Amino acid sequence: MHETKLKQLELKANQIRQDIIAMLVEAGSGHSAGPLGMADIFTALYFHILKHDPQYPEWPGRDRLILSNGHICPVRYVAMAHAGYFPIEELKTLRRLGSRLQGHPHRQSLPGLETTSGPLGSGLSQAAGMALALKMDNLSNRVYCAMSDGEHDAGQTWEAVMFAAKYKLNNLTGIVDRNNIQIDGYTEDIMPLDDLKNKYESFNWHVLEIDGHNIRQFVEACTQAEVVHEKPTVIIARTIPGKGIDFMENKFEWHGKPPNKEEAQIALRELRTLQGQIEASHID
Amino acid sequence: MNPNAYLISDITKAQQKPTRDGYGEGLVWAGEKNKNVVVLCADLTESTRSLTFQKKFPERFVEMGVAEQNMASVAAGMALAGKIPFISSYAVFSPGRNNEQIRTTIAYNEANVKIAGAHAGISVGPDGATHQALEDIGLMRMLPGLTVVVPCDAEEAKKATAAAAEIMGPVYLRFGREKTAVITTPNTPFKIGQAEVFKNGKDAVIFASGSLVHNALLAALQLEQEKISVAIINIHTIKPLDKDTILKYAYEMKAVVSVEEHQIYGGLGGAIAELLAQELPTPMEFIGVHDSFGESGTPAELIEKFGMGVESIKKAVKKVIHRK
Repeated sequence: MHETKLKQLELKANQIRQDIIAMLVEAGSGHSAGPLGMADIFTALYFHILKHDPQYPEWPGRDRLILSNGHICPVRYVAMAHAGYFPIEELKTLRRLGSRLQGHPHRQSLPGLETTSGPLGSGLSQAAGMALALKMDNLSNRVYCAMSDGEHDAGQTWEAVMFAAKYKLNNLTGIVDRNNIQIDGYTEDIMPLDDLKNKYESFNWHVLEIDGHNIRQFVEACTQAEVVHEKPTVIIARTIPGKGIDFMENKFEWHGKPPNKEEAQIALRELRTLQGQIEASHID
Repeated sequence: MNPNAYLISDITKAQQKPTRDGYGEGLVWAGEKNKNVVVLCADLTESTRSLTFQKKFPERFVEMGVAEQNMASVAAGMALAGKIPFISSYAVFSPGRNNEQIRTTIAYNEANVKIAGAHAGISVGPDGATHQALEDIGLMRMLPGLTVVVPCDAEEAKKATAAAAEIMGPVYLRFGREKTAVITTPNTPFKIGQAEVFKNGKDAVIFASGSLVHNALLAALQLEQEKISVAIINIHTIKPLDKDTILKYAYEMKAVVSVEEHQIYGGLGGAIAELLAQELPTPMEFIGVHDSFGESGTPAELIEKFGMGVESIKKAVKKVIHRK
């Protein structure tokens, strides 16, 4: 990927982080840590990886992106708005009565969501079902499923992992937001998941581990997944929850709460400083 | 009796066939008609009668293993990608174990998935309470957007399965394990949401669903000997309820008995009581399981012991007439 493109994506990710903060403070409720942590990956997906058409969300030729950990929908909503699925103004309506931007994604409320999610552990099953149906019809669309690490506590997640391997769903790419936090604390204290890579490998998946904030690494991982033919691939993306905002980074308390007005001001100032740094950075 | 010629000529001499057989046949029929029909099963292919479909259309059959939650959500995904999935397991597990997945990924998501609950009711027999689903109708009818159908015999089961494939939206279909009387004919019409009048009467009306419709008919025939005239209506669709037919007969008879192989709370009886309480308060008796779990036994023994036999139905009719 060319440096110019990479810089564009990094700037876009920064803009998306700013709009996540603006959206959450306006709504007064919602999740901060996850959306900020996944902003780079969602930018790469919506602006580089996915075959999609914001003007035609039901385009049959589109790739599918399932968000299993639906609570981080703010990052999806913001990415979709920036991509042109709906006006950026509408981001202000998150979680309000009558809004298309429901607190957890509701398929029929907003074109382009692919499915409803929120209860953890169901997304991969649905993604695998879509992938299997597409394979049955000999279609070449790819299915991506973004998941949290915490939802790997749920048995259903592993049911889906087994199922995808059985049917050799190589058109399915899982993405795990490995940020090491969940509601009650750190994942390795709540219900230890390590070694996640070994687990997936023993379940017959191809596994790639990346820095979830390195867009180039993510793009390379997605490309690699496309040429693995006998297995589904999972990209375990190490992320920092609350990435980009100093007082939020790595604090599990920011999983489920939005910033207040003062906190939002500080956050936006930090992000704008970061934006300046990206703009000024040299192209090697 | 049999005013519309919906029934065989002599219901005391009916053929015996399990409703799950009708499901198996209905699946093949639906699969032949529409290539998008796919069937998923959670390691119970033979006993749910998904086997015939599997043999005929192996590339459209998906073995899920013992994973009912995954099965429900995989089916949702397949439906969203254009398939018409039927998912099959025992009703205690699906719905039951996968109730939340059905709620979120199928009902709230409006995914075109058909849920077949096999081995429903106490007549599952020797396996005992853990395998006897008595709450499944309640669970499914409480979900917005679900259509709930309980066929009265194998013939109706086949038609219900075929009809489920044709309508858009989630459907719950309930089947039993045991051979039960086949009382309808291939010519009996079947329409989701339309109750069928199997017998007219004057003194009371029984609204029945599932294989116990046969017991209700036998009870009605015996009560005729005592000059008690009971109407029998087959309510195969619990949701949406055929309100017009139910209100018409409740109004004329002024005494209602509900009959189902299910807890008396939350199933057909509950649905009818809710309607009558709002529109036409009417004395009502409930035939079903009275708030208990089942146990091991033969199907016939269990039906009798738990109050769903012919004598119990007759008693309920007499009791409700008394309350008029």
